[in-house]
Amino acid sequence: MIKSLMITAAICLGATTLASAQTVGFSQIGSESGWRAAETTITRQQAEERGIDLKFSDAQQKQENQIAALRSFVAQGVDAILLAPVVATGWDSVLQEAKEAEIPVVLLDRKVDSDESLYLTAVGSDLVHEGEVAGQWLVDNAGEGECRIVELQGTTGSSPAIDRAQGFRNAIEGKDNLEIVRSQTGDFTRTGGKEVMESFLQAENGGKDICALYAHNDDMAIGAIQAIKEAGLKPGEDIKIVSIDAVPDIFQAMAAGEANATVELTPNMAGPAFDALEAYRNDGTEPKKFIQTESKLYTQNDDPQEQYEARKDLGY
Amino acid sequence: MPLTIRSLSKSFPGAKALDCVDFDLRAGEVHALLGENGAGKSTLIKCLTGAYRRDSGEIMLNGEAISPSSTSEAQALGIGTVYQEVNLLPNLTVAQNLTFGREPRRFGFIDGTAQRAEARRMLSGYGLDIDVGRDLGAYSVAIQQIVAIARAVELSGKVLILDEPTASLDADETRMLFDVVRSLREKGLGIVFVSHFLDQVFELTDRLTVLRNGRKIVTEETARLDRVRLIEHMLGRELSMTEDAARRKTDPNVATRPEVVRFENFGRSGVVEPFDLTVHRGEVIGLAGLLGSGRTETAELMFGVRTAASGEARDETGRIAHANPREAIASGFGFAPEDRKTDGIIAELSIRENIILAMQARRGWAKPIPRAEQDRLAADYIEKLDIRTSGPEKPIGQLSGGNQQKVVLARWLAMNPRFLILDEPTRGIDVGAHAEILNLIRQLTDEGMSLLVISSELDELIAVSNRIVVVRDRRHVAELTGDDIATGPIVRAIAAEAAAQAEKVA
Amino acid sequence: MFRSLSRIAPQLITLGAIVLLVTAFFPDFILIGYERERLVGPIIDVLKRGAPVALLAIGMTLVIATRGIDLSVGTVMAISGAIGAWAISSGLGLAPTLALAIGAGLLCGLWNGCLVAVIGIQPIVATLILMTSGRGIAQLITEGRILTFSDPSFAFFGSGTLFGMPFPAVLWVLLALVVTLLMRRTALGILVEAIGVNRSASALAGVNARVLLIAVYMAAGLCAAFAGIVATADIRGADANNTGLWLELDAILAVVIGGNSLLGGRFSIAASVIGAMIIQTIDTGILLAGFPSEYNLVIKAGLVLIILVVQSPNLAQSWRFVKDESRRRRERSYEARKELRS
Repeated sequence: MIKSLMITAAICLGATTLASAQTVGFSQIGSESGWRAAETTITRQQAEERGIDLKFSDAQQKQENQIAALRSFVAQGVDAILLAPVVATGWDSVLQEAKEAEIPVVLLDRKVDSDESLYLTAVGSDLVHEGEVAGQWLVDNAGEGECRIVELQGTTGSSPAIDRAQGFRNAIEGKDNLEIVRSQTGDFTRTGGKEVMESFLQAENGGKDICALYAHNDDMAIGAIQAIKEAGLKPGEDIKIVSIDAVPDIFQAMAAGEANATVELTPNMAGPAFDALEAYRNDGTEPKKFIQTESKLYTQNDDPQEQYEARKDLGY
Repeated sequence: MPLTIRSLSKSFPGAKALDCVDFDLRAGEVHALLGENGAGKSTLIKCLTGAYRRDSGEIMLNGEAISPSSTSEAQALGIGTVYQEVNLLPNLTVAQNLTFGREPRRFGFIDGTAQRAEARRMLSGYGLDIDVGRDLGAYSVAIQQIVAIARAVELSGKVLILDEPTASLDADETRMLFDVVRSLREKGLGIVFVSHFLDQVFELTDRLTVLRNGRKIVTEETARLDRVRLIEHMLGRELSMTEDAARRKTDPNVATRPEVVRFENFGRSGVVEPFDLTVHRGEVIGLAGLLGSGRTETAELMFGVRTAASGEARDETGRIAHANPREAIASGFGFAPEDRKTDGIIAELSIRENIILAMQARRGWAKPIPRAEQDRLAADYIEKLDIRTSGPEKPIGQLSGGNQQKVVLARWLAMNPRFLILDEPTRGIDVGAHAEILNLIRQLTDEGMSLLVISSELDELIAVSNRIVVVRDRRHVAELTGDDIATGPIVRAIAAEAAAQAEKVA
Repeated sequence: MFRSLSRIAPQLITLGAIVLLVTAFFPDFILIGYERERLVGPIIDVLKRGAPVALLAIGMTLVIATRGIDLSVGTVMAISGAIGAWAISSGLGLAPTLALAIGAGLLCGLWNGCLVAVIGIQPIVATLILMTSGRGIAQLITEGRILTFSDPSFAFFGSGTLFGMPFPAVLWVLLALVVTLLMRRTALGILVEAIGVNRSASALAGVNARVLLIAVYMAAGLCAAFAGIVATADIRGADANNTGLWLELDAILAVVIGGNSLLGGRFSIAASVIGAMIIQTIDTGILLAGFPSEYNLVIKAGLVLIILVVQSPNLAQSWRFVKDESRRRRERSYEARKELRS
């Protein structure tokens, strides 16, 4: 905590010399998940580091609140707007208003269906790529032997579930020793992960036939770890576990040797967004229309305990 | 003769609602349909409007036999009905209500101008000067009634049935409505007028028909009847038969017996005016009066269903707690309510469970009555009250009305109350059970129980009561004892006020 | 005894049929093993996984018997779980933690009961208030994240074993037994049924309907608190967003599959918890059978539909008719043969 404060302070000192005080409006969807809360926390931190005055608005999952917030940002004459859109459609007119007021808009985390000219850029993660990183880790670490994989999917039909499943399959394609034998939805929840993992264990000879688990998010993996322990197996050793998101609790599991790897869905969307805005303001550099955040892989070698400490107060 | 009904009968499971009823309606008359609750008025109207299918008999409209199967069919045939609760749509405009279902159209669209013009035409002649473009709900109930009448007359135009139209109107509004009814009579409509207000019947109607227990008692020119006669017809005693059949042999010394409970200055304004009443051991007090006079309300106050605003109940040990039914029961009261189905029986539960319910509630949930004891109680009362059933585990809802009533009585007898209130104990039950229940009442008082019996059947009250209290306009107006317990004095006491009022008006 | 057995016979038969069906797809379903001093096997999993819904169904049965419904139990699970996780992770110790979690459930029940019995709001509306707002309360307690704890004594309620059986399974069986005995060995059962069938008549017979109604909603809150403790202890963390989500509907479904009328009156707790096991057997069966997850809900809906149709009173009548008819036909042919022989 103290350490991060010191870093913040140091960066602040550097940043104030660079730019005069800017005002940026941020319309956040809400706080429906720990990840979302962390994104808000980090956006505030990033703004503070850069000496940006952040006007924050919580839309509580309602598009009309977001549109109202954007209009009020435009009326206040902010220098830029960050928008984490709750839905993909219905943004044209309000984005047009911002454009006419010459206020650049950066989309965070999710995309919209509007014309690309209406916003400066979108910052987000590539869900398929996340799945590929997870799959690649397993390809590198499963060894040459036969490996039967079980998969805990996200909520059926949701785009993270579809894309993360696709990416993983892309990565293991062509590796004949890797096979997904069971795949079921755990609804992104711990309870779901545990319940479905229990059935996987029952169905696969008490779990002895399972070599690895791929979970579409960390929470399901955490639930599954408990199921594996209760079945008398050692998670992380008897069954390798790779999941996505990098929430604090998975690092604790990794520190205990119970999980092997996680792919970070960084809540730091604001950093790249502010960078792009800075460049655009200084010399009019048009950024790419999609800035992909890094999908960083963390394993037990990355000092999980330290990672846990760094993340635990972000609001996850 | 626009409407003629011959030998109309209609039965429901366990009850004959209409028994060979005849009824005539002339063109250009207002014909009152009268009777106490359960006499068959609403069943008759529902048969006329197609809400019920009759079992037998015929309905002729202008000489043609009809058999409407729905309200709209009845309307198309010429029979329109306006209920106490106006059955129009308050959130539509007056014009939309009046032309609903047959809106004037232009190029397939509703023509608003024509619609309003049509509405104004329909309302002309009713003496109403209202904006037909406003929502119906913005107007008073009286105006809504008249709009409903205008619509019914427009759609049907031969027979108009007004079911308690004045129940929620004040005096001026009633007069306005009556003017409308009179003008429709002059136009030659036949109008059936259902009301509990006898004054209004005498003021407005040309003829009247009295129903009682599903039978037609009399049809007569209104002018040729006086109030006393009319009430006799409604309550079912004729003065010509003054000899009261099973007159109870009253103990002349009943008033010297010990008091069980004494109500002092007991009442609540708007429910029953404060009254005094002393109940002696082994005494039956009859409560007589017309429907809505405050009979049931008296019982409800006594039993704590409603809270009294003034006065108290006392016995020799002091004040009796009866602020709610549980307290009243703890003080030794019992109450078999008027509406057995909604307030008496627990239909799905067995006879045994229904009998022990009050006793169990009194003991508290933690002290269940042992099953053997329950079975003994149930068997006892099934035998004692001659409850006809295949066994004590039969759900009470499957019994006939009389047997249901006996079970409810058994529930209270098992509690051995000192003061038992029976509200219409014989309503809707067959003749056999009727007599059995009256016998039971006598037997109970012989054993020392005190009862308050409410009944619309004067015969019944006269047969069982030691004393009769007459209720009128939510006030206890007379207490009759000894030889005054006879039809004549009772009917006169009930009719007195109405007559007095009529004189005032005239 | 025989009477109560015949009451739950349809549910037992249905459960048997579902077990057979699942076994057809996954033959190991009925195998039970004994490892590391505990019973293991899919059926044991069903008994354990079905615990939250079974616990909720016990309380829901009582509420439905009074002609009410409690939509808030899933949310109450989340609240109790959140309070439990918060208490244990702030080092309060097991007994205070349980007391707080259970107390929260009772308080929620008291709130619902007062809205229904004192203020007179319709049960579906009254409990909807807590259903929607309560999750926010739970989120406030967990500060919007999954509140993880590691205390093994609290975790025992989710994953411990007693006599080789998973503790959640022991808990719901015990609670169902205790509540059934409480209802049937005292007069509570008949009083609850009486106010469910006809509240006004019951009140006139001296039944304290108001207090009973409040007590029944508190019982539902208590059961929800137990379910919340089990669900939270199971994953060693309070997930305010997802704990008990939609479980109130599964609980209502369990009560209905248990043959209890939503119109109140006669009730059977045994039948309701068997209903809960039927639902869980379907859920676990679908997972074990290995269909793609897109089919989960369709299969479940289909099976539930079949169960409800088969149990419907109308069909029962026509079955009785078919049975009588075939008996009559048998008798007739028997008579005919007798005549032929003579």
